[in-house]
Amino acid sequence: MIEPKTHAERPLSPHLQIYRLTITMVMSIVHRATGAALYVGTILFVWWLFAAGNPRRFETINAFLGSWIGRLILFGYTWALLHHLLGGVRHLIWDTGRGMEPGEREFLAWATLIGSGTLTVLVWLLALMLRG
Amino acid sequence: MRTPRRRVRGLGPAHSGTGHFWLQRTTAIANTGLVIYFVFLFATLVGRSHAAVVATIGQPLVAILLLAAIFSIVIHMRIGMQVIIEDYVHGEAAKITLLMANTFFAIAVGLAAAFAVLRISFGL
Repeated sequence: MIEPKTHAERPLSPHLQIYRLTITMVMSIVHRATGAALYVGTILFVWWLFAAGNPRRFETINAFLGSWIGRLILFGYTWALLHHLLGGVRHLIWDTGRGMEPGEREFLAWATLIGSGTLTVLVWLLALMLRG
Repeated sequence: MRTPRRRVRGLGPAHSGTGHFWLQRTTAIANTGLVIYFVFLFATLVGRSHAAVVATIGQPLVAILLLAAIFSIVIHMRIGMQVIIEDYVHGEAAKITLLMANTFFAIAVGLAAAFAVLRISFGL
């Protein structure tokens, strides 16, 4: 038995067979994800600030932050902060009605990603140099 | 055909008009400067001795900038998380519970951080 055709065989929205991630989509998701991560990350900052009330407890947290896992967390924290910062500036540019044309959007998205990575490395290089 | 229905009446269905939008933008602009300062402060302080950290944070200007950053960041993160909750949580009870928990978390983080800074400033 043959089912009668009730609809034309056109691709259905959102055209899943030709769907692909674009850099602007990824940066939109990453902006929200870094925002949420920073929200949770404030706990780490408060912990560090609070520990400064007691020299011995401060040594404990310093030892943790100096370990490789602590350094990894701090590096990731810095990147999330700077990425969210640059992503926010991108949104502020869009608020003025600029930077929304094809090409401009992609440029801003890549600038956010490359800028945040570069700045994170620079911040930690500078911090290590200043510490000597 | 255009009818007056296309216009928002009063402050709109959320009853807050563009308040959220402006608070988000104002704290975002404040945060750009404060966060750059904060990143450099934190990056140069982390791993330093207790005495050095306390001496730096104890300076009035550093403490005031830190308090300003805490104030602005906490507001910004609260209304940001509010949007995430409103986007993904659709059950009314769960949504209201999470929105309240979000407010409590933001206030707790803000108060704890401000307390810790002031304690250092006043040498307690």
